[in-house]
Amino acid sequence: MLDQSLLAIIFVALMGLSILLYAILDGYDLGVGMLIPLDDDAQSDTMIASIGPFWDANETWMVLAVGLMLIAFPAAHSMVLKALYLPAVLLLIGLIMRGVAFDFRAKAVFSHKPTWNKVFKFGSLIASLSQGYMLGLYIMAFEQTWQAYAFACLSALGVAAAYSFIGACWLVMKTEHQLQQRAISWAKKTGVISFIGILLVSLVNLGLDATIFAKWFSWPNGLWLLPLPIICGLLFCFAFVSLQRLTIHPTLACWHPFMATVGIFSLSFFALGFSFFPDIVPGKLTIWQAVAAPESLSFLFWGAIVVIPTILLYTAFSYRVFWGKVQDLKYY
Amino acid sequence: MLDTLMLSRIQFATNISFHILFPTITIALCWFLFYFKIRFDLSQDPIWMRAYRFWVKIFALTFALGVVSGITMSFQFGTNWPGFMEKVGNIAGPLLGYEVLTAFFLEATFLGIMLFGLTRVPSKVHTFAAFMVAVGTSLSAFWILSLNSWMHTPTGFEMRDGVAFPTDWLAIIFNPSFPYRLSHMLLASGITASFFIIGISSYRLLRGDNKRAPKLTLKISLLVAAVLTPLQVFVGDLHGLNTLEHQPQKIAAMEGVWHTQKGAPLLLFAIPDEAQKTNHFEVAIPNMASLILTHDLQGEIKGLNEFEGEHPPVKPVFFAFRIMVGMGMLMIAVAWLGCFYLFKRGTLPNWLLKVTVAMSFSGWIATLAGWYVTEIGRQPYLVSGVLTVKEAGTDIASTNVAISLTLYVITYVVLMAAYLHTIFNMARRAVEIEEITDAEDNRLNPENLNIKEPANA
Repeated sequence: MLDQSLLAIIFVALMGLSILLYAILDGYDLGVGMLIPLDDDAQSDTMIASIGPFWDANETWMVLAVGLMLIAFPAAHSMVLKALYLPAVLLLIGLIMRGVAFDFRAKAVFSHKPTWNKVFKFGSLIASLSQGYMLGLYIMAFEQTWQAYAFACLSALGVAAAYSFIGACWLVMKTEHQLQQRAISWAKKTGVISFIGILLVSLVNLGLDATIFAKWFSWPNGLWLLPLPIICGLLFCFAFVSLQRLTIHPTLACWHPFMATVGIFSLSFFALGFSFFPDIVPGKLTIWQAVAAPESLSFLFWGAIVVIPTILLYTAFSYRVFWGKVQDLKYY
Repeated sequence: MLDTLMLSRIQFATNISFHILFPTITIALCWFLFYFKIRFDLSQDPIWMRAYRFWVKIFALTFALGVVSGITMSFQFGTNWPGFMEKVGNIAGPLLGYEVLTAFFLEATFLGIMLFGLTRVPSKVHTFAAFMVAVGTSLSAFWILSLNSWMHTPTGFEMRDGVAFPTDWLAIIFNPSFPYRLSHMLLASGITASFFIIGISSYRLLRGDNKRAPKLTLKISLLVAAVLTPLQVFVGDLHGLNTLEHQPQKIAAMEGVWHTQKGAPLLLFAIPDEAQKTNHFEVAIPNMASLILTHDLQGEIKGLNEFEGEHPPVKPVFFAFRIMVGMGMLMIAVAWLGCFYLFKRGTLPNWLLKVTVAMSFSGWIATLAGWYVTEIGRQPYLVSGVLTVKEAGTDIASTNVAISLTLYVITYVVLMAAYLHTIFNMARRAVEIEEITDAEDNRLNPENLNIKEPANA
């Protein structure tokens, strides 16, 4: 049986991995959902076709993340989700709406399709906003002050913008012609908002909490961490340059902006995780205090080290099957 | 206003009742699809592909509803039932974790290839994806029923400071009631999916569909139903015996036995009265309950009097049990009658087609009734003898639960209406589509699609 404190580290890392994968993967498909243009049916079809084979598996990373928190840090799960009860319900309703709209729109009688498109778009928006709101409240340690709520609202917009940004970059990679050009302009706009959002969230985060400030600016920590914001900034520049180039040469390395956003998401997530570690509920509960029994976690651990690489393997296979520009999505 | 605990119970019951409907169909439906696809691969007869194409769309829709309604439940364990995770989380957690790791990802990932990959991968790889989805959904049932059964018949753990710690994982996973519950549920899924396919196929025939595919699917599902329904009676009986051994108070409530007695009668109908501890308007077959449960006419059945304050509410368990059994009997009759006509005349008479359309979702009624018997039958416990429902409840404001419950109920009602509307709509559209000519069949053959057709044609 493994040592309990080691298990706490392993499981918080696994949880972090699944949250990051969720934010990237479901991030882009929620983003595509929010960007659905209600004025162009063919473009909506192509956009939804680009995420069709993946959305379900993408969403599963959230189930895993929430599941891991429930299993490995049950006290934290209960504390976090109780504090976020209503936004969590909204998130779920949003996910329900878009999940079913995806299927209903393809099967409904013809006249209902625009309605389901709206449900899909609206559901994606609700899900993204409530995730951002939950993240904001989490960062503010669930304080019940107007500043905390204001920050949570800001964070809601930030996350929705970031998801739209990665979604737009996904479309730049997966689509062609007119839609691709449209996606480029979406990516530029949402990219700017995301950049401002990340900047604001970082500043507020540093300004509010002295311990977090100390973590980032103490010597020599600060030196090791300095590359993080610098690389993040460079990635934004890189994304914009390649978006600009793609307006002229639409076929040239269309995957660059998406990879840049993946980098930005990973770095931001790492920075956030670093700020809070080892707290699992900021200021209230550390992973050592919340961790479950080693008997249980060892049992799950041995399965996880076999199964998670397998999952990554067949996920990669599925992405390879649907590689390249989007084709018509048909149920055969 | 209702209190938080009551609202949480209603909310969980609503969620799980809505959720269970869809996996009950999909667990078995994907094995049907896998069978259709295999038969196509082997014979290249396009009829199998047509059956596959029609039913895979319905599968996708049903699956999506199952997924989205399932996610809501994983959130509620922590929010509404924190006591559950605090006390038995060390056991429930890994079982849920293994479900996500081994089942969820498998079905969700291969689903993409199964639904949309037919033209993108070789036919055999596609068949493999369909197989993986089927394995995933069944594995999912395996883990969930393992956890659920453990909550009924907990073993393989020890209590330390009021918290359960696992001592033997094999004993936990394969707990005493698990084999019976799993086979009972898998058969229920097989029967539910069969009647669903029977009903929708009959609906197409009644609407004047002359194509071969609905006749084929009707025939296959009728045969499956005719085999599985009596098998279910057998397994149900074994499950009952297991329950008698481990949860006699549940059996007492199911049978309406108020006082321990020898040679207990089988109550076909009665109205149990909890206040007076007796039944009114009994219609009974003498000694029959003892015979079924103990295989002895004078066998002793423990009555509710032995479990004062520890037994479930009698009325809902008693009636739900009769609804389940009654529906099961009706399904046996219809399945066998259908097979009789099928072999004798090659087709079903119109009146019987109408009956089967009406019974398209009879599996749902039987399954829900069955779940109520087993779940209400565990009350007042959440984990038998270890944790009561009351102890597991949360302390969040009842207003919050009231809001979430309202939102869920509205969502579920809209979804159910949209689901039923869409299913029958798809069936009607399938009727209108002309029989595909052989030339088109060739074109739609995935092998040809792979080679000849440009991607966006």
